[in-house]
This record gives sequence, structure tokens and C-alpha cells, in this order.
Amino acid sequence: MRKLALNDDILLNIEKPARYIGGEVNSVMKDKDKVDIRFAMCFPDVYEIGMSHLGIQILYDMFNRREDTWCERVYSPWLDMDKVLREKDIPLFALESQDPVQDFDFLGITIQFEMCYTNILQILDLSHIPLHAEDRTETDPIVIGGGPCAYNPEPLAEFFDIFYIGEGETVYDELLDTYKTWKKSGGSRKDFLRQAARIEGLYVPQFYDAAYNEDGTIAAFTPNDPCAPSKVRKQVVMDVTDAPYPMKPVVPYIKATQDRVVLEIQRGCIRGCRFCQAGMIYRPTRERSVETLKEYARTMLKNTGHEEISLSSLSSSDYSKLNDLVTFLIEEFKDRGINISLPSLRIDAFSLDVMSKVQDIRKSSLTFAPEAGSQRMRDVINKGLTEEEILTGAGQAFEGGWTKVKLYFMLGLPTETEEDMKEIARLSDRVARRYYEIPKEDRHGKCQITASSSFFVPKPFTPFQWAAMYPAEEYDRRAHLVNDEFREQLNRKSLKYNWHDAQGTVLEGVMARGDRRVGRVIEEAYHLGCLFDSWTETFRNDLWMQAFDNTRVDIAFYNQRVRGKDEIFPWDFIDIGVSRSFLRREWERAMNETVTPNCREKCSGCGAAGFGGGVCVEGKN
Amino acid sequence: MLKARIKFRKYGVLRFIGHLDVMRYFQKVMRRAGIPIAFTGGYSPHMIMSFASPLGIGLESDGEYLDIELTGPVDSREAVRRMNEAGVDGIEVVSLRQIAEEKKMTGMTILAAADYLATPSGDAGLPEDWQDRFAAFMGQPEIRVLKQTKRSEREINIRPLVFEWEARDGGIFMKLAAGSTENLKPDLVMDTFLKDLHPEENSLSHPFIYRRLEMYADMGEEGNRKLVTLESLGEEI
Repeated sequence: MRKLALNDDILLNIEKPARYIGGEVNSVMKDKDKVDIRFAMCFPDVYEIGMSHLGIQILYDMFNRREDTWCERVYSPWLDMDKVLREKDIPLFALESQDPVQDFDFLGITIQFEMCYTNILQILDLSHIPLHAEDRTETDPIVIGGGPCAYNPEPLAEFFDIFYIGEGETVYDELLDTYKTWKKSGGSRKDFLRQAARIEGLYVPQFYDAAYNEDGTIAAFTPNDPCAPSKVRKQVVMDVTDAPYPMKPVVPYIKATQDRVVLEIQRGCIRGCRFCQAGMIYRPTRERSVETLKEYARTMLKNTGHEEISLSSLSSSDYSKLNDLVTFLIEEFKDRGINISLPSLRIDAFSLDVMSKVQDIRKSSLTFAPEAGSQRMRDVINKGLTEEEILTGAGQAFEGGWTKVKLYFMLGLPTETEEDMKEIARLSDRVARRYYEIPKEDRHGKCQITASSSFFVPKPFTPFQWAAMYPAEEYDRRAHLVNDEFREQLNRKSLKYNWHDAQGTVLEGVMARGDRRVGRVIEEAYHLGCLFDSWTETFRNDLWMQAFDNTRVDIAFYNQRVRGKDEIFPWDFIDIGVSRSFLRREWERAMNETVTPNCREKCSGCGAAGFGGGVCVEGKN
Repeated sequence: MLKARIKFRKYGVLRFIGHLDVMRYFQKVMRRAGIPIAFTGGYSPHMIMSFASPLGIGLESDGEYLDIELTGPVDSREAVRRMNEAGVDGIEVVSLRQIAEEKKMTGMTILAAADYLATPSGDAGLPEDWQDRFAAFMGQPEIRVLKQTKRSEREINIRPLVFEWEARDGGIFMKLAAGSTENLKPDLVMDTFLKDLHPEENSLSHPFIYRRLEMYADMGEEGNRKLVTLESLGEEI
């Protein structure tokens, strides 16, 4: 039997010991003496969140298919366990073998959102790995980062040996093969990093230097070693159907946030919303074959025993074989007690029909994401959803028996006026009015319209990457203005308005578009005690502000200026296949309130066609 | 509709998996093993499955029970094999047997007693003659304790709820009342004994490791106790 890293006394006195014991169904055990490479794959948040992430399950499966590699999992210890590990000086361990992370060849960290950066330092610290890449020796694991935040890795540059830019399915094999050869040759850590830097898509920060202008902007960003290319090209899997996919995902004992089979139906999005990073960095849109997905659904449900299956994509309604797939899922599994979950569906007659088959209409709510209240604002952000479509969809839903609607908005978008903000409340009210147009005898009591707004954060590689943000007080003012407008509405008793935290937004903004100099704020914040910043109960804005003060890093420089047309951005050395000139064109069209057609309507020449596949070549073969 | 009783063991790292998660675990095992389990009706159907008695976190057990309903016939040995193949190290299905169909015969309803073994852990710090002292402790006509429930606190005499006991394997074996009317947990017995042993100490560490060994129904009549294992009430299919 496996020996646990923690004794009974510890495990019986902490919250959810199942987070730390491994041994779940479909977790992979190997003999550590019979593998060449030990890879610790980390999601820097608590187990239940990390276990819900599809990307890690894909890589875990892909690595473990290699006989020479054993990939294990690591998650952030919750505060109670963090304390125990420090007090008793127990090094952080991987779940499968329960061996210290320090003994591994690689520590891979997926970076899904900006607010996990202090958790990354916690992982390194508890693993007894030096925080700075330059302080690590041949006995330390190679620390490699990936995921969406790696598209601007600069705030974390000092803490990582390598960043993998793009989709993991392409060059990891090459990296692991290179590592194996290097390990046998007994070369230095730097030798290995030089070889890694030559692999397409891999970025080794220590081989680059940044120089700054007097105004603080970047003057130059240049390689300092011949191994390092001046541009790092994003990795994309062009054949998503035949790419590795985990047929036996690990099944947690405790309830994870996503406790279900996840079918990734496509990558990328044809829509081109101007605020959306995923819509740009995952171009071109690529669909998985529907027959393959049906087979996956059967196999994965059988192998996991899950009672729910969910589709995953940025916009499921745009999947061309959606009808075929959903009909199959309902016919095949509905009678076997399997729930079918269909997120990110556009509300129309088809989706309402499907949803009425898979959910209890009375209990479930429908979700619309207009993102902005006024049509003008929606044109600016290129959200191709009109008020008429929203009201028609809501009307059909109400007539079909639904009474609950959720509406998602953003505040603080570029060019936003007070009129635009107030339209959030007014649009919500018009949705409610549509409900009360139904004769009283045909409706089911009151309707419940819940509007939520988050504050817009400009992200790298989007048309809005030039945009300015606001101080926290301004976000609060805008939210209150919207809230006041809600109180003025006719159907205010059927309306509810929630908004996100403004302080976290400001931080997210600095991390998202920060440069190397932001790294020292993160490190200072961590030393001051910041951890789990994405959790409201643990987020300490006061400590973060102190960290900015102590390191003399100016929030306004990163957040509150409109960036120059030709300013060098920290992430410019990455080539995502979508050109900067396209993004700039989109920024200008936004300023002119001009919408851009989606990829299927008309190609806008973003540059992703250079990958030679997906939606860019649809109908052209 | 066929009713079946499953007996299983829980040990090793699975000690740290709580009751609700064991339920979820078995729901998924049923699907992976292809057991033809019956569902309730309605919009969100769930499996018809009931556990005789939840086992606390940290305890091992050789005698856990859950009852299920089947929509079709299964072969006991084949079903046990499939469930173990679909399971993990730490839960072992021991048997699956058909039971009577009356509602009042479910494990949860008829449970009357359970066997436990309390073994001192390595650093228990017990006096050498602790087993003799335990004998003296059990020799009292009454053992009154404050029993805390979610809602209230009341004083009860736990002595009659200890049906049998003996020194066994360096620890103490106990047969205790279990079920919905009277339920005594082994740690309450041992904690009371320890308080008796060291009345001056307020906080006690956890010097004993507990293992549930078996669960029983009372088939006696007119107040005469006749305990039979829950497993013996079923038949192999």
C-alpha cells in the first residue's frame, strides 16, 4: 500500500484530508525506478478547483502514455495545510507517489488566471525550490509554465525556467526527449535551457533582456543568448480530432467544481469579441469530429462512472454539428440517469427545445451574455447580439415556462458613457417587461432577472490591449450608478443586480499587462502574506497596496493610460499568428463603433489563416 | 424489483474519505461496473441506495453495508468481481446478496448492534495495566455520560448499550448498540474510560484507533436479543 506523506494526526485534524491523499480512480501509479522523467503537474489552486481543469487532465494523460515518464499532480495546500507544512517543515509532495516535488525533474504549473500568482510562489516555496530561476541548481526541478496567462509571462519571468506558449499537445514530446538526452549527458542546467529555447514555442526568460525608456515604457526587448529566437511562436494543434484526449480522467473522491465528463467540442471562437483574449489566442477555430465525440462520450462515461456530461467550448452554438451531437447525447444517455449540461449556448428556438429536454424548466435559469447594455456599446465591443435577439430569445423562453434569466455585463469598457451604463438596468427591465406581456393566467408568478457585472480588464493580444482602466473608486462609482438606475425601473422588484469586486480588478489589470518589473510586487505581496487572492475570504487588498508601496511600482502606469499605437508591449515577442496590425485595425473600428463580421461570414485577414487549417480553410477544400 | 445487500471493507487511505463521498464513490462504481441498479423517478433521478450506518472519518471497517435495488438479475460472484475491478485500493466489496423485499428489512431500519476493535496507537501513553483498569471500569453498574447531539445534550447511562466486550489483540473488542433508537460510538466509551483514568486532564489526544468489524440486526422476540449479521439475512444469487 502507498505510504502517505502526512501522518494520521495531521490528516484527521485538517479540512478535507482527501485533498492530499491521491489514490483516486484512474490516477496513474508507476514504478519510479523504471521511468526516466518525473513530472509534477500543478494547478495553483485548491484541489477541487484544480481537479476540474481539462487542460491538466489532457497533459496528465499524454505524459503518462510515455513509458519513460511518470506525471503526477500537485495542488495548492489550503491555508490549514500550508501552516502544518511550514510548522513541521514537510516539503510539498505530489499526490500519486507522495514524494517531495523537489525530487522531480519537472514542475509544470498551469497559469489560468492572474489572481493565482502568489499561489505559484507558495508552491515553489513549500517545495523548497528557490523562487528565482537564476538561484536554482541542477538538483532543482525545471519549472515550466503554460496556459492563457503565459501569453504575457513577463510578470512571472523571474520565477520560471521555461514558458510553454500555446497548446501543450505539440512540442512537449520534443522537450521531454531533449531532457532525457541532456540528463544522460550530465550537462549543466543552462545547457538544457539553451536546448529548450531552440524548440519552437518555448520561451526561456533568462535569455532575454528588457530595456526601458525614461517614461517607463519598454525601449527594447532582445535575446542575450544565440539560442534564443527573437520571436516565440504560439503552438497550435491543427488536427484536434486526432490529438490525445483523456479517455480515463481521474475521478476525485470529494466533489470537484466540475464533477462530470467534459467533452471539448472545439477550440477557438469565430466571434471576435474585442475584449476577449481566448477569442484571439486560440485562433483559428477548429472543430472535433462529431463521430469521435460520440465515441468519447460513451467511453468516458463508462470509465469514470460520472452522472453528468458537459460540452466545453467558447461558443457551443457555433459548433456546426451541434444538433447531431446533442440529439445523440439525449437519446443515448437521458434514460440512464445521466445529466446533460449545455453551457455557452445562444438562446434560440433550437437551444430552448434542447434545454427543455435536459433540465427542469421551473428550477433552471437561462443565461444571456449581452456584455453591454446599449447597442452602441455592443457595437464597440463587437458583441454580435442585438436587443431584438435578446428579447425574442427571452420571450420564447418565458412562453416555454422559464421564469429565471441571468444577464452578464461588463462595466468600464472603452468609450463607456453614463447612458451606456444605465442601459444595463433598462435592458434588464425590458426583459422583465417581456415576461409581463404574457397574459397573467399563462405565467407562473413573478419572473426573476439577475444581472451581474464584472469590470472590464484589457488583456494582451486583444484589440483592447491599448485601452485604459480606472482606479477602484471609479469602478465602484459606476456600479453604484447602475444600481441606482435599477431602483428606478418599473419592474425593480423582479430585478436583482450584483457586481464584482473592484479592488481585485485593479490588481488583475496590473498582472495582465505588466512587465518584468511587476514580478517584485508579486514577491513582496507573497512575503507580506498574500495567498489565494481569487478567494474573497482570503484576498488582502491592504497587503497588496503595501507591496506596491514597498516596491515603488506605480499602478497608474500599468492601468490608467491609453497606450501608444506603437508602444512596445511586454508580450510583443510572442507571435500568436494574429497580427498586431489586425488588432490595431479592430481597435480603430471599435472607436468608430463599427462591427466586424465573424470568421464564417467573412474573413477579416487576422493572420491565423497562416496556420493553414480550421475555420480559415472551411469550404475551401 | 430485486433488493440486494452489499457488504464491503474500508481501509488504508480510504479512512480519510467521509460518508457522503463514499456514497458518491459507490454511485460511480455502479456505473463503471455496469450493475443494473434502479433509479427513482422525476427530473433528477438518483440511484436507490441506502447505507446501514455512516462510518466516521479515520475509521477502518470490515463490515460496512449498503442496500440497493436492481432492475434485473445479477450473479453475486460476478457482480462482486466487477465492482472490485471498478474500485480502488481501500474499498473491497465482500459480498452481494439478495434480501427480502419488505421496506422494513433495509439495513438502516434493522441495524441493532455493531462490533468494534479499539487499539492503542503507538504513542498512546497508557498505563501498563490499562486493560485491567478497563475491566474495572466496565464492572460499574452504571456509566453516566453527557451525550451531545446536534440539538441537545443529555445524560445517559451507556453501560447497558455495551452488549459484550473483551480484551483482544492488545486492544478492546466491543459489541455496541447501533441504529436509530440507541447508538453508541466506540470513541465515547474509550474517551469516558480515559477521563475516568486521568480525571485531571481536560484535553485528550486520540490514543485509540478504531475499526468497525461487523453490523447486526436483532431477530429476537419478546425482548430476547438475538443478533445476526446483516449479511446473513441475504442469499447469494
